[in-house]
Amino acid sequence: MATTPATGPAPRRRTGASRERQSTHEGFLVHKNGKWIKISAALALALILLYIFVPLPPHHFGSSWLGYTLGTVGALLILWLTALGMRKRAITPGRWSLKAWTSAHVWLGVLLIVIGTLHSGFAFGWNVHTLAWALMMIVIISGIFGVTAYATLPRALSANRYDAEGAITEKQMVEALRSLDRQLHDAAQPLDRECAMLVDRSLEQDPFTGSIINRLTGRYPGDATREAASELRRLRAHRPRIADDPLDKVDALLTRKEAMLARLRRHLRIKGWLQAWLYIHVPMTFALIAALSAHIVSVFFYW
Amino acid sequence: MSEVYKVAIIGSGPAGMSAASRAAQLKLPHVLLEKTDHLSDTIYKYQKGKHVMATPSQLVLRSDQEFDAGKREDILGRWNKRTEELGVNVKYNAEVKSIKGTGPAIEGSIQKIVTRARDGSTTTTELQRHAPPYAITLTSGEVVMAEAVVLAIGTQGNPNLMRCPGADLPHVTYQLDDPYAVLDEHIIVVGTGDAGIENARGLAEDPAQGNVVTVLNRSPKSANVRESFATAKEPNAKALVEDDAAGKLTIRYETETKAIEPGWITLNTRDGEERIRCDRIIARIGSAPPRGFVEGCGIEFASNDRLAFPTLSPQFESTAPGIFVIGALAGYPLIKHCMNQGYDVIEFINGNTDLKPADEPLLEAKFAGLPGKRSVAEWLELLRTNIAILNGMTTLQLREFMLDSDARFTRAGDTIFEKNDPGSSLFAIADGSVNVRIDPNDPSKVVPIQKGSIFGEVGLISGRRRGATVVAASDCICIEISRNAALKLQSQVPSARRAIERISTERQLLQMFGSGLTPDDVREVVDTAKIMSVRAGDAIITEGADDKDIYVIRVGSMIVEKVVGGKPVFLSYLPAGSYVGEMALIDGGQRTATVRAAIKSEVIKIDGEAFGRVLAAKPALLERARRDMEARRATNAFVESKKDGFSGVVDLYSEQAKFLVSQGLGEATDVLLIDERLCVGCDNCEKACADSHDGLSRLDREAGKSFAHLHVPTSCRHCEHPHCMADCPPNAIHRGPDGEVFIDDTCIGCGNCQRNCPYGVIRMDKVPPKKPSLLSWLLFGSGPGPGEPPYKWSKKNTKYTGDPVADDKLDRKKAIKCDMCAGIEGGPSCVRACPTGAAIRVSPDEFLTVARLENEGA
Repeated sequence: MATTPATGPAPRRRTGASRERQSTHEGFLVHKNGKWIKISAALALALILLYIFVPLPPHHFGSSWLGYTLGTVGALLILWLTALGMRKRAITPGRWSLKAWTSAHVWLGVLLIVIGTLHSGFAFGWNVHTLAWALMMIVIISGIFGVTAYATLPRALSANRYDAEGAITEKQMVEALRSLDRQLHDAAQPLDRECAMLVDRSLEQDPFTGSIINRLTGRYPGDATREAASELRRLRAHRPRIADDPLDKVDALLTRKEAMLARLRRHLRIKGWLQAWLYIHVPMTFALIAALSAHIVSVFFYW
Repeated sequence: MSEVYKVAIIGSGPAGMSAASRAAQLKLPHVLLEKTDHLSDTIYKYQKGKHVMATPSQLVLRSDQEFDAGKREDILGRWNKRTEELGVNVKYNAEVKSIKGTGPAIEGSIQKIVTRARDGSTTTTELQRHAPPYAITLTSGEVVMAEAVVLAIGTQGNPNLMRCPGADLPHVTYQLDDPYAVLDEHIIVVGTGDAGIENARGLAEDPAQGNVVTVLNRSPKSANVRESFATAKEPNAKALVEDDAAGKLTIRYETETKAIEPGWITLNTRDGEERIRCDRIIARIGSAPPRGFVEGCGIEFASNDRLAFPTLSPQFESTAPGIFVIGALAGYPLIKHCMNQGYDVIEFINGNTDLKPADEPLLEAKFAGLPGKRSVAEWLELLRTNIAILNGMTTLQLREFMLDSDARFTRAGDTIFEKNDPGSSLFAIADGSVNVRIDPNDPSKVVPIQKGSIFGEVGLISGRRRGATVVAASDCICIEISRNAALKLQSQVPSARRAIERISTERQLLQMFGSGLTPDDVREVVDTAKIMSVRAGDAIITEGADDKDIYVIRVGSMIVEKVVGGKPVFLSYLPAGSYVGEMALIDGGQRTATVRAAIKSEVIKIDGEAFGRVLAAKPALLERARRDMEARRATNAFVESKKDGFSGVVDLYSEQAKFLVSQGLGEATDVLLIDERLCVGCDNCEKACADSHDGLSRLDREAGKSFAHLHVPTSCRHCEHPHCMADCPPNAIHRGPDGEVFIDDTCIGCGNCQRNCPYGVIRMDKVPPKKPSLLSWLLFGSGPGPGEPPYKWSKKNTKYTGDPVADDKLDRKKAIKCDMCAGIEGGPSCVRACPTGAAIRVSPDEFLTVARLENEGA
C-alpha cells in the first residue's frame, strides 16, 4: 500500500552527549539476550569443576590458593552487589543503565551461592565464619524472592488497575473512595440513628489503617464498611418493605465502596510485597558485611 | 471644520500614542482620535496585573514615550502621565466612521474592493481616490479635517454583536475584565471559542462566587469535544466539559438566543423555546477584522489572503496618498515596533526623509558577516532581486522578514546542514549554488540547486529531520528563514506560497521515487497535484472505493487499517514523507485498505491517471513501485494470517496501536512508554528526572493512560509541530540539535505553553533549593533524599535574601518540561534509571510496526 522514507542509522547526538537508543525492549532478567545469566552459569560450572578436579588439601580449604581466590572474589563481589543501592540513587551522567546493573546484580548474586559455599569447603560450625555464610544465604534467598516478585507481581498490579472503562491510578482509587464517602454521607441523612451510626463508622475508618500484616495479607478483620453493609442488610430483613427506601441507596453505595476498597487494598498488597522483601534484603546485607569483616579479621589474626 | 490639522492619528495604542507624542514634541498641529474613553484599549483590556513583555530585547526603543517590560498598570500609568505632559491633543470617544479625500480626484487611482459573500461568490466595487486633505467623519457626525492621516487602529477590530431582539440592552456585554469580581449572578455566556470558555470557567471557578453560569453552544453534544467545540483549543473545551460534568456550570447544546429582556433570556432549544433567568450576557462571538473599513479609505491590501497586510511604501504610506498605516495593522504586533513606527512616521510626514529605521543596526549586524561591503538597503535589494520567493515583498516587509531570518556565508565544500539534523527552517540561495547529497555514502552523487531557489522545505513543512545533507557547491550566501518568518512570508506573498508549494511537491516526488526522474518527467503530475488538509480521523482512502489517486503525506501522519473478520485491524503507520495509494493504480481493482489521518495532516493528492503515465514511461520506476507494493503486501498478509479467532494477538496489537495514536504518538518524535508487565512502581524514573533537572521531575509516571499493559505516562512527546511553541511570547521554546523540544531561560512563566499542550506535560513551578549530597543523605540522613523534594522541605529551605528583586526571582514560576536530557552523557535518565527495563523511549516510525507483532507476540 505504501512506503515509508528510509530510516537511516540512529542520528548522532549533536550536543556531544551520546545515548543508547533501544526501540525493542527486554526485561532485566534477560538483558542483552541473557548475557549475565550466561556468564554466571558458565562461571558456576567452571568453579564447581575446579573444586572437584583440582587437587587441594582436605582441611582448611580456605587457605589454599583456590580458597583465597574464591574468598577475595566473593568479598569484593558482595561489596559490588551492595553498591547497587548507590548506583540506583546517584543519577550521574554516563552511558550506564540501571537495568544492566540489576541484571548483573541478580545473576552474579545467585553465583555468589556457589562462590561462598565452595569457599567454605563445606566446613560449617557454630562460629562467625558460618554466620557470615548463613547471612549471605539469607540475603540471596530474600533476593531470589524479590526477583520472583518483580517478575510476576507487576502484571497483577497492572491487571488490578483495569476495569471496564480503562486503567485507573492509585490516586484515582483514593479519589473514588472519597467521592463514595461524600455520597454515602448525603445518602445516610434520612436514616435512623442506629443505621446512621453504622454508616458513620464506615466513613470514619481510614482505609489506610492496619498493620503491615493486614497490608501484606490483604485481610482486614473488623472492616467497618463490610460490617455496616451486612448489619444494614440484616436490620432491613426485619423491617417492612417501603418504596424508595433510603437504605437501598446506602446499600448500593456501600457495595461500591467495598469493591473499590478491595481493589485499593489489593493494589496496596501487591505494592507491599514488591517492597517488603527489601526490608530483609537490605538490613541483612549490612549484617552480612559486619559478619564478613569479623570473618576476615579473625582468619588473619587467629590463624 | 474650523481647523485643518497637519496630521490626524487614529487609534491611541502604542503606535498611535507614540506618533501623537512625536507630533506634540515637534509642535505639529495634530489630533489623536480614540474610540474609547481611555488610551491604548488593547492593553487596557489585558487582565489585571498582566506582565507585559518588551521583545525583541535587542531592538532599540525610539519614542518620546518610555516603555519597558512590567505590569500592565505601571505601563499604562506612565503612558497616561507622559501623554499629558507632552500636551497631546487627544479626542476621546471619537470612533471614526469614514475617511475621504476632499481634494480633486486622483487620475487613474482607483481602489478595487472585493467582498466575499458566505457562499463564496465575490463582488467587486470600485472607489475613486481623492487627494488630501482628508475629511474624517466620526460616528457622532462630527468631521475632523487633516492633511495626513496615520492609521494605527490595530487588528482587534470590533466585536461581533448579538442580533436578537434586546441585544442593545446594557447587560449584554462583549468582554469580562475580572471574572472574580462578578458575584451571585445568573450569567449566560454566548460563544464557545477560547474567550467564552475562559470567561465561563472563571465565573464558575469558585462556588463561593455564587454564580449560575450557562454556556450556549449551537453544536450538538458529542463525545469528541473537537466536534462540539470546533473553534476552541481542545484542553479548554475538555476543561469546560469537565466543569459541566462536575456541576459547576451548565452547557446547553443545540441552543441559541431568541430574545433578551432585563433579568431574563429566551432560548431556542432543540425541544422548543425556554425562558430562563439572566442578569448578564457575555457574548464572545468573534470580531470583524477592520479590513472592510481600511479598504473603504482607499488602502489596498497585498493579497486577498485573510492574513494579508496593506501595501505600504518604506515610509509607511499606503496606496491612498497621505494615509499612513503603522502598528499591528501594518503587520507589526510587537509594542516596541509600534512605538518606533509612531515616531518614524511623524518624522517622515514632517519631511525628515533621511531618517533610518530603528531596526537599521540590527539588520547591519545580520549582514555584517557577508563578503562585499554593501549597505543594508543594497543587501535587501539584492535579496529581493535574486531570490524568487522574495520578489513580491515590499521593503518594509523585507526588513521585518530579515529580523526573523539569518544571512549566512558558506565557503565552497562546507556543509550547510546534515542529514537527520533537526530543523524547521527554510533556506534561500541569494548567491552561489548548493549541492544536495542523495547518497550518504557517496559524496559525488549530488543534485545541484541554483541561485534564487530554496531548499530545506521538507523540514519546514513536515517538522521532521533533514532528509539529506546539503553542501555549498560554490561560495554562497544563503538566507535561513525561521519557520515563523516562512509562514508569515507565505501568507503575505501568495506567489511565494505557490512557489514553495510547487517546489516542495516536485522535490518530494523526485526524492520519493529515486534519481531516475527529472523535473520534466513529473511536470504534469506536479501541475495537477493538489494540497489538501485532512482533519484527524478523516479518511483519504476508503476500503472498497474505486478511485485511483495517489497521496503523499506532507504534514502529520496516517494510519492504515483494513477490515479483517468484521473488525478494523491496524496495519501500519505512515509518517510524513510517505506515499500511499499505488496498489489500486498499479494492479487495478478497489482500494484494499482505509487510510486515515492520525492527527491533523496535509497531503498532496496526485492524479492517478497522470501518475500512471509517468509509470508507463519509466519502467524502472514502475519496478520500484512494485517492489514497495510487494513489501507492503507481505506485511498485510502477515497481519491477516495471524488474525485468527482464538489468539486475539492481532486484535491486541491493533487496539494497542490505535490507543497509542490516540495518545499523540501520531505527532510524536520521541515518547516515553512504560511496560506495565515490568514496572514495579519504584518511581526511580521520576526521581532520576528530578535529580537530573534542578530537583523538578518533568514526568508523572502514574498519571496518563494505559492500554493492554502499555502505559503512556504524562511526559513530553516532542511533537513534530509542537503545540507549546505556537504562542510563546518571549519565543523561549525551541527544538534542540537532538530533536528535543526545550524551554530556555527567557521563559516568563506566562503559562501559554501549559495551556496549549494537549497532553498536559508542562508544569509551572519554581526551582527548589539545592539538596545536600547523596552521600550525606545516605550516611547522615540530611536532606530529603533522591527525587523531587517535598513542597514543605523546599519552602523551609528556600533562603530568602530580603532583597525583593532576588526573592521575586526565587519565587518566580517557570514552565518546566522534558528536554530529553539534552547534553547529558548517556541520554534520558528516566530510561537509564529504570531497574527492570520497563521504561523505553520510542519514536512512532520505529514502534508502530508489525515488527512488534513478530518480536513480542504482543
